[in-house]
Parts: sequence; C-alpha cells; structure tokens
Amino acid sequence: MRRPTVSGCAAALPRLTLLAALAVWLLSVSALPVPAQAQAGGEEAGVQVIRVTAEKFEFKPEKIVLTKGKPVVLELISLDRVHGFRCPGLGIRVDVAPNKVTRVPLTPDKAGSFPFVCDVFCGDGHDEMSGVIEVKE
Amino acid sequence: MNTMDRRGFLKVAGVGGALLLTYPGSGALAAAAGAGKGFSFVQFADTHVGYANPPVNPDASASLQKGVDWVNAMTPQPDFVVFTGDLTHTTDDPQERRRRLTEFKRIAGGLKPKAVYFLPGEHDAGLDWGEAYKEILGKTHYMFQHKGVHFLVIDNVSDPAASVGEAQLAWIAAELARIPKADPLVVLTHRPLFDLYPEWDWATKDADKVLALLEPHTNVTVLYGHIHQEHHHQSGHIGQHAGMSTAYLLPAPGSVPKKAPVPWDAAAPYKGMGLRIVQDDVAKPTPEFTEKPLAGM
Repeated sequence: MRRPTVSGCAAALPRLTLLAALAVWLLSVSALPVPAQAQAGGEEAGVQVIRVTAEKFEFKPEKIVLTKGKPVVLELISLDRVHGFRCPGLGIRVDVAPNKVTRVPLTPDKAGSFPFVCDVFCGDGHDEMSGVIEVKE
Repeated sequence: MNTMDRRGFLKVAGVGGALLLTYPGSGALAAAAGAGKGFSFVQFADTHVGYANPPVNPDASASLQKGVDWVNAMTPQPDFVVFTGDLTHTTDDPQERRRRLTEFKRIAGGLKPKAVYFLPGEHDAGLDWGEAYKEILGKTHYMFQHKGVHFLVIDNVSDPAASVGEAQLAWIAAELARIPKADPLVVLTHRPLFDLYPEWDWATKDADKVLALLEPHTNVTVLYGHIHQEHHHQSGHIGQHAGMSTAYLLPAPGSVPKKAPVPWDAAAPYKGMGLRIVQDDVAKPTPEFTEKPLAGM
C-alpha cells in the first residue's frame, strides 16, 4: 500500500513535529491583533461597546455620548503608533497601542462634559489630539 | 554636579517668554557663596525654532532673534540664560530635527551672556527619547550652582508619556541629599510639576514623586514652560511659574473647547509673548516677576 505523502519542506518533518508546528501556527493565528476596522462597537450582554480609534492626530469618534448610570465598554485601538487616552474627569488613563484592543469598562456616575486627550507625545498635531465624553442625565 | 561643558554654553536669548530672575542677596543667600552680590538671569520658554504657521506667527525665528537682541541690550547683562524646553518645533524627520536644533543653537549663540543652560521639551526630545537633543545640546538633566543658588534641571519630556522616571528620580534624590534644606533651590523643567490641566496634557505624570523629594527644602522655586503663557501656582511652599513663549500664545487652560494656538493679531503683534523680569526681595527669598511684553522690545 502506498503511504500518504506530504510535499515540500514538510515532507522532511516527522509527523509529530508537523502536528506541533501546526498547533503553534494555530495558536499564533488566534493571538493575532484584531483588525482596526473590525468590531466597530456593538453590544455585549446588554452592555454597549463603543469602538474608539486613535491615529495621528485624532480620535474617532471625537465626541462620545453616554448616559449617566448606564454601563458601557470603550474599546480603544491605535491605527498607527502608541497613543494615550486620558480623561481626567472620569478617571480614565490607558495606553492605546496598535494591534491591541484596550477595553475600558465605564459606568458614568455624573453628568457633564469630560474632555479627553492623547497624553503620549506623538508628533506635530499631538497638542490638538483630543475629544470629549458627554454624559447625559 | 552635572554642569554643561563650557563649550556647550551658548549665549542665551529669549523671545517673548524671557524671564529675568534677580537675587539681590537675601537672608537665605547670606550664608551662601557669593552672598551680597545679587544676580539675574533670563529664562526663555518655548522658542519652537522651525515652527511654520504664519496665521499664528509670521516668523517664529525672527521672534527669537528679537528676544536675543533685547537681552544683548540689557544693562547690566544677566549672569546667564536658561531655555526651558521646546527649543524647536517637532518633526518626524530625524535629520530635520537635528537641523532645527543646530539652527536654534546658532541663534542662541548670538547671546552676549557667556553661559547658557538648556533643557528639552517634548517637541525636542519626545519622538526619539532625547537622542538628537543629547547629540547637539548635551545632557537633558543636570545640576549647577551659581553664587550660592542651586539649580536642578529636570527632564520630564524625553519619555513621551511625560514621566520623570524612576532612574531620574533616584538621581534627583541623591543630588538633593547633598544640599542643605534651607539653601535656595531653583528647579528648571519643561512641564508643570503639578496637574495644571491634564485635559490638555498640561501635567507631569509622576510630578507628585518629584514634589515629595523637594518638599523638605524650604526655599524652592520651579520655573517651567510648555503652556505658552504666564502662570503662577503654589504647591504648598513651592512656587511654580510658567513663562511665556516667544513663538506663539496658547489659550488659558480650559477656556476653549479645543486647545489650539491663538491666531496672530495684526493689530497687536506679539500679543501674549514677552519677557518676564523677576526680582527677589531681601526679606523674602521668593523671587518676584515682572512681565515685559515682546511687543515693547
């Protein structure tokens, strides 16, 4: 009976090694970053998820409207380099890195207008990289 | 003591935000070397060489030169000049960054005062952790003394996240341990050492750790830039004083929804830019400041 064969480099690998390599590859694929354009917000278990992207030199969206007492999750991701997201009025301060989603659960307990800013210097235009979270009653 | 190489001293000048600080020989200085011989120096803040935005400032480099010329005409001359960061405007191009730093050095080199001290702003050092700055202007943090007054230069910008960092904090602690607690101490830095308005990134993340190190010292004054306007704040007994920019004006903290340079006013050129003269009082070791608009120079 003819034995099944594999071609190319894999042909030289023992079957066990091939399986191990396949497992490593699958693991690496599952750890790949979430594409920036994917998962643009949504809802998880009744909690609104809001995707916020950071890119020299703007956040999108620049204005985030929330409701007092209603929990949300901010999903922050950079499209180019490391930025910062700091919203002093709501006590938020996180790094925003490329190829990584940073999740910030938030239940605003006060209404008002709360500015946020990039606080990791990112070049000309950094000074104007900002936005605002509006919390309604 | 970390003192800049003498050859690295440029003559200082400052455009709009120069600060003249005078020590007439206060009681605190009486026990120090040089007591009874007050002195002055000029602070320049945020000169932003390379800044090109005519609606905000038709020629920022000319503004710096204007300040240099003013300092050169001072009588008597200040003992030295300090630049508290953002000497140049940022660029993503490493070669252009070096060109701008070199151009700044050339202009500052036209100052008559023999000694000039520099420190970086985030525009100079925040994109390469101070690599180009150190190549052209030297150390980003150091200490020097002048006629009995200690000057501590702190770098809170080479880390783009605006932290002084544990290594520099340890160095500061070691340097301060050598200073008698009652000696006059001037801290020179770029960002405020307090949360002035973090919504506009006007803060230093680990400022509280720096202030904790400074707290035991009874006569501390902090001079900084970054916010492009005059500002005074007390952190306990520590006074913090921002100087004006020579390049452009920024709005008062939180006064507008979005931070942006104030447009050039043709009816009032150099509005918001100028010098600040500070004089000490024999009875009070804390310096006093007097604004000198660049428009009047």
